[in-house]
Amino acid sequence: MKYVDEFRDGSLARGLAARIAAELRPDRRYSFMEFCGGHTHAISRYGITELLPEAVRMIHGPGCPVCVLPVGRIDQAIGLALERGAIVCSYGDTMRVPASDALSLMKAKARGADIRMVYSAADALKTARDHPDREVVFFAIGFETTTPPTALVIQQAAKEGLRNFSVLCCHVLTPSAIAHILESPEVRQYGSVPIDGFIGPAHVSIVIGSAPYEPFALAYRKPVVIAGFEPLDVMHACLMLVRQVNDARAEVENQFSRAVTRQGNLAAQRAVGEVFEPRERFEWRGLGEVPLSALRIREAYAEFDAERRFGLVYRPVPDHKQCECGAILRGVKKPVDCRLFGTVCTPENPMGSCMVSSEGACAAHYSYGRFRDHKAQAA
Amino acid sequence: MRPLDLRQGRIDMNHGAGGRASMQLIEELFARAFDNEFLRRGNDGATLPVPSELLDGGQLVMACDGHIVSPLFFPGGDIGCLAVHGTINDVAMMGARPLYLSASFILEEGFALADLKRLVVSMAAAARDAGVPVVTGDTKVVEKGKGDGCFIATTCVGVVPRGVSVGGAHARPGDVLIVSGTIGEHGVAVLSQRESLEFETVIVSDTAALHTLVAAMLRAVPPAALHVLRDPTRGGLGTTLNEIARQSGVGMLIDEAAIPMQPQVEAACELLGLDPLYIANEGKLVAAVAPEAADALLRAMRAHPLGAHAARIGSVLADEHRFVQMQTRFGGRRIVDWLSGEPLPRIC
Repeated sequence: MKYVDEFRDGSLARGLAARIAAELRPDRRYSFMEFCGGHTHAISRYGITELLPEAVRMIHGPGCPVCVLPVGRIDQAIGLALERGAIVCSYGDTMRVPASDALSLMKAKARGADIRMVYSAADALKTARDHPDREVVFFAIGFETTTPPTALVIQQAAKEGLRNFSVLCCHVLTPSAIAHILESPEVRQYGSVPIDGFIGPAHVSIVIGSAPYEPFALAYRKPVVIAGFEPLDVMHACLMLVRQVNDARAEVENQFSRAVTRQGNLAAQRAVGEVFEPRERFEWRGLGEVPLSALRIREAYAEFDAERRFGLVYRPVPDHKQCECGAILRGVKKPVDCRLFGTVCTPENPMGSCMVSSEGACAAHYSYGRFRDHKAQAA
Repeated sequence: MRPLDLRQGRIDMNHGAGGRASMQLIEELFARAFDNEFLRRGNDGATLPVPSELLDGGQLVMACDGHIVSPLFFPGGDIGCLAVHGTINDVAMMGARPLYLSASFILEEGFALADLKRLVVSMAAAARDAGVPVVTGDTKVVEKGKGDGCFIATTCVGVVPRGVSVGGAHARPGDVLIVSGTIGEHGVAVLSQRESLEFETVIVSDTAALHTLVAAMLRAVPPAALHVLRDPTRGGLGTTLNEIARQSGVGMLIDEAAIPMQPQVEAACELLGLDPLYIANEGKLVAAVAPEAADALLRAMRAHPLGAHAARIGSVLADEHRFVQMQTRFGGRRIVDWLSGEPLPRIC
């Protein structure tokens, strides 16, 4: 595939791996967090862990939009379909996430709920046009990448005067989540969790630009390298992070310069700013309540806000007591340190956020990397 | 009685009631399309001659498969030919010679007779091409809303000669894994037609009956050298390899770069966020073969039109954890796990 294979070239990868190995300081280890699920996916799918020197450890961050979606929000979406008779439109990978009462969107569908998988927010809008006699709710999740399309369909619905369309807005914000991780006691207390730097999001940064990462690179003295989702991008970003650490720099660098600018996509930001405003706090599965970390629909578009339209009340649902997702997302623990991992918590039956989608830290390790836990036997 | 209106007519509840309308549907459509000496007798069941292999110590093989596919017609095929190929392949994967098919139709009230005719004609052509007649059948009609147009369940009976012992539990460490051609075409062809996802593509389903390929393979190597045959349908190559690893109690190491794939399929999967390893095939097989017979087997496969792109993709390892590992094209190594649930596109 043209323009794709170039970024997946094995011989270039070996060259980069050798370069990284050559530049490592022998007296130290390097721990980098890739924030984004897209990077976690790339690292797992292409086997990047195997290529990196042993002294470089990748910590999988909370940037998997499906994983951090709290159960209480999925319960709301299911309730809208099952109890209020609405057509709920959802992105595909949200369909399987377990909710309360042993339900999920997929299982609710089997009970008669009208839940439809869509590939874009525009498909949800079309569903509303096609069914003027039904309430149609778009279950809007994701980071800054999926927020602009949601803003645009809300604006479009307003323009068309659609009376049966609303959005259950669960959009979350990347920079506040990264700051939250850096603020956590384990990470702040010197030496307890070594996060030496961040691989910054790819698609999110196309929208928000590289500038929003500058304040915390400065404040927390952590380098950030924004990288594309291709495996060579990830390896290249690792090399750039190693160099920053070695030089004691803490800058925002842009490896993904073919798509990301400092300002980002201003038109998208304008649309988002017009339709949405920050929530004071929002629950993240695995991280708990994070201040100013999500968006809600502005008063001007209140009629398209499913929470207001249906008078929804949010009820948080705690994760399993032994679930270690919070610690894993902060890099304090590894998936195998969790007693639930691979026993009661598997991709078929996830107990915590990190096992929910293949981008989650635990699911990625389970589905792609668990042979490493048994290497002695497997060899 | 007026003949069936195969252009404008629709299935109604009478067609399944067992009376004149049922008889007419059978006579004017099914019997005419599938015509053979066994059907012509018009009995409730088919009486079939004993195949010679059975007298020579062979065994009967029987497999059934229920076919549901949306849409019913897709690039490269339809539910009719799929219902023939799929079940023949299940029998062929036992190293058997498929002999006879049964077909059971569950039709939804309101289903257009023109569509039914189209897929029955396609099904009959597939059976004729494969040399495996449909010798008995059944039709039922369900009320509107209780079916998806047309479901077809088929059963295939075949015979496996003495000395052939192919089975999912027979893979051994050291065996070579071979796939018969490019993967993922059927699943992508069907997906490309789904409502809300329609994309233009030249990808057509690979649906095909594989029994002649299997026969050629069995001729090329000593029967005992061919350990496993399986067609990677639902769940794709990744799931099939895991099934074999689990049944045989072995591990595997495959080489991503060696897996044949059309660039269009790769591109469509890339765009949709799907992994081609989990996309369905309907005309491909995976074989585990003793290493000393691998070259001969590969040659024989490549000489057959359905195996022209056959490739050696890896080997079987001793591994109590039964992991299917893959050397990635990028140079790393990872697990190819079971598919969990339906493959769903990623949003990010």
